[in-house]
Amino acid sequence: MNETDLAERILKLAGDGVEAEVVVERSALSLTRFANSYIHQNVADETMAVRLRLHGGGRTTTATTTVVGGVEDFVRRTVAGLALAPADPAWPGLAPPAAPRFGGNFDEATAAAAPDDRAARVRAFVDRAAGLEVAGYCRTSATRVVYANSAGQHVTGGRTGAAMDGIARTGTSDGLARLASVRIADLDGAVLGARAAAKARAGADPVELPPGRYEVVLEPTAVADVLSMLAMYGFNAKMVQDRQSFLELGAAQFDPAVTLVEDSAAADSTVLPFDVEGTPRQRVVLVDAGVSRAVVHDRRTAAKAGDGAVSTGHAIPGGASFGAIPASLRLLAHDGPAPVEVDGPAADSGVAALVAGVERGLLVTDNHYTRVLDPRTLVVTGLTRNGVWLIEDGVVTTPVRNFRFTQSYPQALAPGAVLGVGPRAVELPGP
Amino acid sequence: MTHFDVAGAAVEAALAAGARYADARVMHRRSESMTARNGAIEDLSQAEDAGVGVRALVGSSWGFFALPDLGRDAARRAGERATAIARASASVPGPPVDLVEIEARTDSWASACEVDPLGVALSTKGDLLTAATAEAHKGGADIAEGLYQIWDTRKWFVSSQGHRIDQHIRESGAGISATVIGDGETQRRSYPSYRGQYGTRGWELVDELDLTAHAARIADEARALLSAPLCPAGETTLILGSEQMALQIHESVGHAIELDRILGWEAAFAGTSWLDLAQLGRLRYGSELMNITIDPTIPGALGSFGYDDEGTPAQARHAVRDGIWVGTLAGRESAAVAGLDYAGSVRADGWARLPMVRMTNVGLAPGPHTLEEMIAETADGVLMDLNRSWSIDDKRLNFQFGCEIGWEIKDGRLGRMLRNPTYTGIGPKFWGSMDMLSSEVVSWGTPNCGKGQPGQIGHTGHPAAAARFQNVRVGVRG
Repeated sequence: MNETDLAERILKLAGDGVEAEVVVERSALSLTRFANSYIHQNVADETMAVRLRLHGGGRTTTATTTVVGGVEDFVRRTVAGLALAPADPAWPGLAPPAAPRFGGNFDEATAAAAPDDRAARVRAFVDRAAGLEVAGYCRTSATRVVYANSAGQHVTGGRTGAAMDGIARTGTSDGLARLASVRIADLDGAVLGARAAAKARAGADPVELPPGRYEVVLEPTAVADVLSMLAMYGFNAKMVQDRQSFLELGAAQFDPAVTLVEDSAAADSTVLPFDVEGTPRQRVVLVDAGVSRAVVHDRRTAAKAGDGAVSTGHAIPGGASFGAIPASLRLLAHDGPAPVEVDGPAADSGVAALVAGVERGLLVTDNHYTRVLDPRTLVVTGLTRNGVWLIEDGVVTTPVRNFRFTQSYPQALAPGAVLGVGPRAVELPGP
Repeated sequence: MTHFDVAGAAVEAALAAGARYADARVMHRRSESMTARNGAIEDLSQAEDAGVGVRALVGSSWGFFALPDLGRDAARRAGERATAIARASASVPGPPVDLVEIEARTDSWASACEVDPLGVALSTKGDLLTAATAEAHKGGADIAEGLYQIWDTRKWFVSSQGHRIDQHIRESGAGISATVIGDGETQRRSYPSYRGQYGTRGWELVDELDLTAHAARIADEARALLSAPLCPAGETTLILGSEQMALQIHESVGHAIELDRILGWEAAFAGTSWLDLAQLGRLRYGSELMNITIDPTIPGALGSFGYDDEGTPAQARHAVRDGIWVGTLAGRESAAVAGLDYAGSVRADGWARLPMVRMTNVGLAPGPHTLEEMIAETADGVLMDLNRSWSIDDKRLNFQFGCEIGWEIKDGRLGRMLRNPTYTGIGPKFWGSMDMLSSEVVSWGTPNCGKGQPGQIGHTGHPAAAARFQNVRVGVRG
């Protein structure tokens, strides 16, 4: 039985007396992990999971299973459990029929990637590190999903992802290279290994600088951490409704250089084209030239918001508790020459151009273990990682040791605080 | 066909395909969670998953493959795929692999459970969360939240060395929190901790927590925090309550003594460790009051089991004795690489994930004091408890932790409540300053320990007691 037939069968088994939605997801994940310059873990799994949500008699229940062979019993138990489920007065109803903007970025070659394809990229990464110890992973994944509900919505989609993330290590420094794509063909282990090694060598024997306030150039790998925090705590409609977000719609909360867009349909996006409630994902301009414009919604937050608000297609499992979260948040790049590889620790010529504009500051490769001290102000503490350098008069001069920082992320992007944005947005892997 | 037969078929297929060692775990898990907010149920989720995961060793290279199909043919296919993946690993080979010897046992083990948590009516569970959160909301919380989580896991382990072990582990836990929202910030109080207290026990654990009895208090304290003075900045004497001590142990000892981190296997993601194996047995980790145990045999603690996921029987050992580092969390391979003769700390969070070195119950042995004695003997200091934020570097040395609540201590007495208490330190210096330790130990359960790629969520236990530390930097605000 294929995924569509299975979804339809489950809807039929659920019966007419309830509102029902079913998600059938077939996924494959393979990850080749290396450390101490050899492959030490190499895993793959293939999973078929069914998620069934029912609403009836004012109550809602959700159940998932991977025991597809016993689907009749699964549906029977879930239906029986509905009578015992708690009341749900805020039930927003099922997603109405609507076609997604696209079917998802799916690359057959990535879905079919073999262990040897990943191992070959690891081999190249190791070789181009030229004797430095390396660690990291090469990952491929593929997902096909069918969503169907008793209100007539039926959508199918898929996505693939490929990612490589590795460090090269000297005795005193680590250098990072990280990239994600829809296609495994875009991952060049040799290029990434060489980049990681160059950064590691440029970061060797770092000196300690005193704590204080510095101008910083954040490479895309560090910016990704900032965006993930903004996505979860800032542009999440539930956080706004609970007054736990810093966001004030219509206010110039960010520097005019900052435009943030949620766009799962971008050519390099590796997320599904609809959410767990079956709502097609919308492109949402969250911040337009520094002005906070929008949040993302699921059906519950949209219903609560009223005033014509609709789901933007960003529901997640457990969203009743956690809200709606952007899936593919992007800081729009500024115009400029296409970046090229450069010598030294900067990730590319785009980063180097930003460095050139700093009189005294720091070049930061990556953030590590960042945690929110207060969601309302989005004050975050964490550490730098995988390479920090002192910038003097527009030139990287000295590798420095990692810093702990405690910083409000919105304040770091506030009007007047952003001195420039690079010319290339880079797709980076999620967890 | 039994689940042992399925696991056995996977192992046989891996060996037939050329593996020199293989093991397989069939796992079946049912889980349930419910959340409530301000007196109403917010979410109920129930899940069931089952599958088989196979590990194969070819030469010095490993492969792992997992499927959610428990038929014989699927199991054989999983064994063959694991072996094929191991062959691919061999294109970037490592040093020769040995596994420390363990006795191949046939056994069965189950955690103790008085009240089957999945057998308790949903209405009973829902009533508990709605009553507790309604009480906290009525008491002044803008957002009162409650949560329980239940896991019922059965697993069947077979290895090519002759293991046949099945286990049934039931875990339960719950907690409530009260959040108040001020003009510029939020404050939160929780009971018994933010995500609750968890153990390898039944619903009796949740009943014993008596959530509703604490709801009004945490709401009141959260409201009071909004107008409390900020925790002052500077170096002072710090007393930590047992819940925050559990986090302190988890982050600055538990992860640091993971042998895979020490060997560099987690270097690119979770990080390494400041510990050097050459110093095992003589490195001073902390003061002589510091005795850390690795003990998966503690009845009811969240990190307890009969056997780990390599078939090694649960056994207690010291990680730190009288302040000296003496032990690690190890698996059969990592122990062999390190030249150690023990394993027993390898687990996977499900059938689809590779077993890896994880904390079990890593805890602090009790000391000779009481919390009251610590306060009475402190002329000037701060008491903090219940974790709110945590961040630590990739070597598990430089940490900064925030707590929900603090109190100043003056002349041996608790004084004003303090908001946004934080403290920072360097692991061995911090632990070296511990000069008083309570005898009152609580086995805290942490159900959300992330590690590995693909990511896995571990359930760990941390026996902990209140303790006092000297010359700690507090009130860190950046």
